[in-house]
Amino acid sequence: MIRLENVAWRAGPAVIVRDIALHVRKGETFGLVGPNGSGKSTVLRLVAGVLTPSAGRVRLDGIDQTRLSRRRAARMVAFVAQQADTAERVTVRDAVELGRTPWLSMLCPFGPGDDRIVAHALVRVGMSDKAERYWEGLSGGERQRVHLARALAQEPRILLLDEPTNHLDIHQQLSILRLVRKLGVTALVALHDLNQALECDRVGVMQAGRLVACGPPAEILTPDLIARVFAVRANYLTDPADGHRLIRFALSED
Amino acid sequence: MTVCATVPVRRRSLGLSRLILGLAALIAALAFGVSVGETVIAPEVIWKTLSNQLFGTDYPLRPIQEGIVWNYRLTRAIVAAACGAGLAVSGVVLQALLRNALADPYILGISAGASTGAVLVMVLGIGAGALSLSVGAFAGGILAFTLVIGLARAAGSGIGLPQAGLIILSGIAGTQLFNALTSFVIAQSANAEQVRGVTFWMMGNMSGVRWPDVRLAVPISTLGVLVCMAHARALDAFTFGAESAVTMGIAVRRTQAVLIGVVTMITATMVSITGAIGFVGLVIPHAARFLVGVRHDRLLPASALIGAVFLVMADVVSRVIVPGQVLPIGVITALVGAPGFAVILIRGRRQRA
Repeated sequence: MIRLENVAWRAGPAVIVRDIALHVRKGETFGLVGPNGSGKSTVLRLVAGVLTPSAGRVRLDGIDQTRLSRRRAARMVAFVAQQADTAERVTVRDAVELGRTPWLSMLCPFGPGDDRIVAHALVRVGMSDKAERYWEGLSGGERQRVHLARALAQEPRILLLDEPTNHLDIHQQLSILRLVRKLGVTALVALHDLNQALECDRVGVMQAGRLVACGPPAEILTPDLIARVFAVRANYLTDPADGHRLIRFALSED
Repeated sequence: MTVCATVPVRRRSLGLSRLILGLAALIAALAFGVSVGETVIAPEVIWKTLSNQLFGTDYPLRPIQEGIVWNYRLTRAIVAAACGAGLAVSGVVLQALLRNALADPYILGISAGASTGAVLVMVLGIGAGALSLSVGAFAGGILAFTLVIGLARAAGSGIGLPQAGLIILSGIAGTQLFNALTSFVIAQSANAEQVRGVTFWMMGNMSGVRWPDVRLAVPISTLGVLVCMAHARALDAFTFGAESAVTMGIAVRRTQAVLIGVVTMITATMVSITGAIGFVGLVIPHAARFLVGVRHDRLLPASALIGAVFLVMADVVSRVIVPGQVLPIGVITALVGAPGFAVILIRGRRQRA
């Protein structure tokens, strides 16, 4: 579904990411982890088409991203960026309706069908009772959920999420990730929390602009690799209640 | 193409009743603009003049009165309306594209650059008559805007969207520079007195507006407003920034290029006819947002109507406020606009807090 072929991206002389080869399968939830500045967001922005690769190719469903029109790409891929704020007095519903943009035109104005899609997206993120609230009065978590609803209203086959659980309380964190998995769309998610990454179908580990490992989380996120990439000591613990495995971290020098 | 619903949802349009109300207000303002002035002219004379000119009737009228109505006041009122609509829509578009509540063609230096361009064509004869005033003004406006954006980017992070304050500061620098150039060129030229003075280019002035100006201002303003209306949804998509607009299927660069071209075209045309009138593009969009909300399919027509009515009324005030004298119209718009600017600044601070 998403295929990156030896993709690189430079900002001036600085190489931000290089030699990224990655294949995200249809319907899969793929987690991208790595320290700050390792290039996770850049990879997402390349897939979203916000950035154009300096080398290599990004294919969506087999089609080169640069050959897709913006509109067609936006019908296929929705992107929830890390920080997208506004000073405008928009309501929650206004913001979510923006997600219909790639489906509308002068001959095809906003109709009852679009209204239903927007309403459904609001229900899915649990914001339908706050649809008429203004953006400026929302908490960080509510804003994140509105962005997710906006992305859902785009009816994408691919969902790109850049650290979607930032600003969310613990209940919202768990419910957002569960929601993404339930949607059945192909999802590429940049994550900070390695325990959340354990819940993905597969993960890719970024370090200094390269993809250094890729595979099922239980195989990839070994204490050894975590020590190398994140410079922390990691131990797997097992929850006695349900046998669920989780990672506990400590500074290596402790 | 996908099949789509054919019935649009009604609540999104401006509302026919409000549109009719707006148009009625505009016609009332035009009538008011024609009747008020140093010589009071009876409504009867106005209707008879219009009828004589438009439908070829033959009411007996005093030629002086008919001339005042048809050649002076009506042209003035129509150009003021076109100018007000065009500048207000320009303000809406710039505020959306730059995501800056203080953006407007006057503050960003586009008007000043257009003045310089027009003055160069008029006084120095650059282009040897091949270029019209408006083309010179357009070139000057584009140059000024490019410089201002370039300066803001150089002063900011170097890439991406410049910080809100930086672009306004750059606009002030650009405005000062181009106003100085305009003054310089006019001072240099021997025939400046016969052409137009410095105050005309910097404060705006509606005197001297005649029918050829109407035939330029009305089509440009109408065309500009329609092009912007066609991009209403794209402008909405800029709510969360250009990057977010890209991911919602907007060809951001093309949209920015087209709309900034259109805004500069409107501003340049108006500047070449009336000089640089300030604050219309800043204050009117905010007033319109207050009335109809932030969605551009409603905001653009509302701003156009309010801007048109506002400038017609400002012109009337500029003619009657000091007996026996006609103030530059920019004095009136600044008297209303500068406090408006202050209110927007203060409200912006509250929103950030």
